[in-house]
Amino acid sequence: MERGRLDVLTGVWFTIGDIACAEGAIAAGCRFFAGYPITPASEIMERMAFRLPQVGGVYVQMEDELASMAAVIGASWAGVKAMTATSGPGFSLMQENIGLAVMTETPCVLVNVMRGGPSTGQPTKMGQQDVMQAKWGSHGDYELIALAPSSVQEMFDFTIEAFNYAERYRCPVIVLADETVGHMREKLVIPEPEEIEKRLVSRKKPRVPPGEFAPFMPDPEDLVPPMACFGEGYHFYATGLTHDEWGKVRTDSAEEQFKLVARLCDKIRKNKDKIVKYEALWLDDADVVVVAYGIVSRSARAAVARAREEGIKAGLLRPITIWPFPEELMADVGERAKKVLVAEVNYGQLVREVERRVPWRKVVFLPKLGEKFHTAEELLRAIKTAAR
Amino acid sequence: MLAAELRHPLEKYTREGMIPHIWCTGCGNGIVLNAFLRAIDELGLDMDKLAVISGIGCMGRIAGYINADAFHTTHGRAIPLAFGVKLVRPDLKVVVISGDGDLFAIGGNHFIHAARRNVDMLVICANNFNYGMTGGQVGPTTPLEAFTTTTPYGNIEHPFNLVHLAAAAGAVYVARWTVVHPRRLKESIKKALQKRGFSFIEVISVCTEGFGRRNRLRTAIEFMHWLKRVSVITKRMDPSEAYIGPDRIVVGEFVDIEGKPEYTELLRACIEDVRRRAERGEIRVAL
Repeated sequence: MERGRLDVLTGVWFTIGDIACAEGAIAAGCRFFAGYPITPASEIMERMAFRLPQVGGVYVQMEDELASMAAVIGASWAGVKAMTATSGPGFSLMQENIGLAVMTETPCVLVNVMRGGPSTGQPTKMGQQDVMQAKWGSHGDYELIALAPSSVQEMFDFTIEAFNYAERYRCPVIVLADETVGHMREKLVIPEPEEIEKRLVSRKKPRVPPGEFAPFMPDPEDLVPPMACFGEGYHFYATGLTHDEWGKVRTDSAEEQFKLVARLCDKIRKNKDKIVKYEALWLDDADVVVVAYGIVSRSARAAVARAREEGIKAGLLRPITIWPFPEELMADVGERAKKVLVAEVNYGQLVREVERRVPWRKVVFLPKLGEKFHTAEELLRAIKTAAR
Repeated sequence: MLAAELRHPLEKYTREGMIPHIWCTGCGNGIVLNAFLRAIDELGLDMDKLAVISGIGCMGRIAGYINADAFHTTHGRAIPLAFGVKLVRPDLKVVVISGDGDLFAIGGNHFIHAARRNVDMLVICANNFNYGMTGGQVGPTTPLEAFTTTTPYGNIEHPFNLVHLAAAAGAVYVARWTVVHPRRLKESIKKALQKRGFSFIEVISVCTEGFGRRNRLRTAIEFMHWLKRVSVITKRMDPSEAYIGPDRIVVGEFVDIEGKPEYTELLRACIEDVRRRAERGEIRVAL
């Protein structure tokens, strides 16, 4: 029997989102996973525990999520693509070291399979309550990238994309999945390894010898510095303290603080056109626009299609990158539309981002909490009410 | 004499532009740094293969002073970050140097788990009995009844005995010295750097600004005289004898075990075995 490659399991499968995520990570070249068991993300770590040794990678279960995130940063600086996966409570514990990853420009991927909060909340039920935490959870000013998958296939594809963003922009990237997407079982198509490989991105490496290398000197065109790793002879110093291009501590300098924080934000903000992803459906002439992401976007797509069948000019804006948010498009769409419906499984999170771009009287917020998310029928009713 | 000839013999091991250090006059941390650099020098350690990782606090700054790959982490997380480095690059010598508050209060959980796993790593703790950087607050090693800025009426908490803790958690090498034992400390560091497994060295450090001046040890000299007076060297290798208190500090080596399986070796063996079996098609990988 001919055996295929162990890292990319090319074929058509029927599986759950969490496993698709793990397979996406391995296909992307992730060779380090550190995590702590938590519902509903545990299947990712279980799959990684099973699969990583097969491809020569390191899997470790840590003592808590604080340690998981720290180990991921260490592994990334030791030269491999590294990730962790968790849910709300664990995500909260990781926040301080997400800040360290931002400050030290560490490429890494975090998967947050969102459940219901606050606190222990509803561990086995779906939620979208960590949307704002993904952006603002750690202290200080920063930017990062968060992707919201809506299917098992996207759990695979977006995890690969997350590694590409992390390596390209040297920042933590969050796969902001929800419990439904993590646990639902549907078709997954894994392409040929060559097809995936040509999409993969790796971090820039130093182009000058040790001694001349400034570990945090950005390339002017993208504001991202090349990265030296442990054991490569560069003798870098990485610190969570404010530092200059050479890594030297500059807690005394207002200028260096401004320069560093501005660059950490600007390497995302100024590259936004290359980062932002969304799905737009019938937005050109839409009177009623539904904004939804994750699993809810699938109900929204169906609702919008049915509304069109009934002659209502409805459209869908689905942010794929929740962060950075597709704000220009949102503003354009909001200007033309009569109503903008925001459907999310929380008590008001991304709706705030919508309200910043759209006159707030046009915005209708449709919250859901608990086990259920918006059905297509519910959204269709809301579209009809808004179109009246 | 030429200026070049006047250079400190350890200067090549320090990071250009980062010295002078931030530590107070009379601080013991410089002695620990000195002992560490001398140990590296005497062992002829390859600085390209050394990873120094520190946490937050006075001793947390040490990573910046050593001319090797170095990482200054968040408070308490030096050990798990170092663990991540070591798992990916088991060929590197990984050393964590930090303070007692960082390693044993906020980071205490990581210490016991790293020792339990017996990962090949040296952890050096400069124990100054208090949080120096933040202004002399009580910590997990502050002696009972001692005065700090947050125990103005005396400390009512019992301190950790770090040697007991490390030995119980599974470290294969455990020693305690003070900064008035710099040569023994250096020899201990050399020994620990050559061990395979989780090694721990506690160094009782001098802190006049945070701890000493509130506890009748106003100057570094007084502090050091006290350390000299109360230190007792043991050669019995028995952690149960590692008493520490205001009247007596037992120093020496307490644990030195050979043959306990080391984490990265077990990990590599497991990975190699699984990989071979998977490549032979003996493991069903289908979804």
